[in-house]
Amino acid sequence: MIVRRLGLLVSVILLFLPPVSVADDIIMTRSTLPFPEAMLALQQSISEHGYTVSRVQRIDIGLTGMGYKTDKYRIVFAGKIDEIRMMTEKSPQLAAYLPPKIAIFAEEGQTVLVTLNPELYAEIAGDAIDPVIFDRWTSDLRSIFDDVNKAN
Amino acid sequence: MRLIYLTILLLLSVQVIAAPDGRQLYVAHCSACHGDQGHGGVGVPLSLPSFLDSVDDRFLAVTIREGRPGRVMPSFPKLSDAQIAAIVGYIRSWSDKPAPRYSPVPVKGDAKNGGLLYAKHCASCHGENGEGGTGTGVTFSRRRELPIIAPALNNSGFLAAASDELIRQTLQLGRAGTPMGSFLEKGLGKQEIDDVVSFVRSFAQDRDDGTKTVAANKDKIIRLASSYSLQETVENLKDAIISQNFILIRTDLLEHGLVKEPDENPKQVILHFCNFRFLFDALAVDPRVGMFLPCRVTVTETDAGVFVSAINPEYMSHLFNNAELDQYCKEMHDVYVTIIEDATL
Repeated sequence: MIVRRLGLLVSVILLFLPPVSVADDIIMTRSTLPFPEAMLALQQSISEHGYTVSRVQRIDIGLTGMGYKTDKYRIVFAGKIDEIRMMTEKSPQLAAYLPPKIAIFAEEGQTVLVTLNPELYAEIAGDAIDPVIFDRWTSDLRSIFDDVNKAN
Repeated sequence: MRLIYLTILLLLSVQVIAAPDGRQLYVAHCSACHGDQGHGGVGVPLSLPSFLDSVDDRFLAVTIREGRPGRVMPSFPKLSDAQIAAIVGYIRSWSDKPAPRYSPVPVKGDAKNGGLLYAKHCASCHGENGEGGTGTGVTFSRRRELPIIAPALNNSGFLAAASDELIRQTLQLGRAGTPMGSFLEKGLGKQEIDDVVSFVRSFAQDRDDGTKTVAANKDKIIRLASSYSLQETVENLKDAIISQNFILIRTDLLEHGLVKEPDENPKQVILHFCNFRFLFDALAVDPRVGMFLPCRVTVTETDAGVFVSAINPEYMSHLFNNAELDQYCKEMHDVYVTIIEDATL
């Protein structure tokens, strides 16, 4: 009886709560830290969440080397080997998107981070992979971005 | 049990009763683009005094709700009215002046004459058809000495948000600190300004938000089977990449960096390549395109054979709500298809 009442109560209250934001296609955040510190905070948080940074692509270095003026711009690739292996085995077409990456670039004295919402991968994988794993990736990415946003 | 019941009731009630926190919502939804203090970035600066002093709360609220189709600013259909009002309140806190209030009554002007005046005085910045300036914000992707992009006046989001009186006020007073000057000071009469307002409003009749080319229903991946072995396919791809005037940056295994080298799966190869001119131009259109940089194709060998795949930039383009980016994504799609076809067929 009490459980039913509690269920009813929660349902009624949920009706009055603001709608939960739907997942955005693009996840973004801003850090008030300058680029080097934000990059450090990003890589640290990625590791703390149990992911391995597999490579940092220095887009700005390539552009500058070719004579183009640009601000700092890097791409950070990260993942967990067991998950990447499982995904490419069960859904080989996902390989085009893996490992996941985060673009990080300077905006004068601050830094912006942007990444694709991994829920897109779930759409590609269809029934081949339990979507729970992509939900966790999304949650982890938001948490990582939150860490960088709050780092000072 | 009653104590638990009451505790849950109390906790949930706090959430129900508490007003939305405008600052928190702004940080969550707006600051990445517009800056933590509204100074702008990928998005336009919101804290510019002449902007805040000339737009009413309705303009801000409708802009948040509907966005600017094809002009980067997304719509926020899931935010409640109270949440949007809280964000508007927070943005408004950057100004110590009260928000202006505008009449919703349309102005009476001669759109035909307004069109002539628009072509003479406005089109150089706002575009012949009101399509607005290029770039995404105040930094990185555009000239930094300009504090704001000329808005797309033909955009359905703008036309829904801006009342005639708001447009009239902006024309009359200009926006200090931006290239938008006062047209009263430039010699236009009040009736002529109303004519321009009527012309701008006429964009609503045949507006094109640049979203026709948006490709949300495109395949997310370009993928073709190869008639060659994995190694032959990789070599073919190298030739095809160079023949498209791209520079091959490196070839490595998908698992590179995730495990020790001897343990990497040799049947998943990635070729990274770039055309720096193209990259520079694309970043100038939208700095977020790094999400699918550098250009790459992935070769995999499974029991089903050898496959070459790439993300589909035409699909990706719709995620950015940036009509300017569509053409670049179309070009990149065509390059990917050519490279993959050349290497596999």
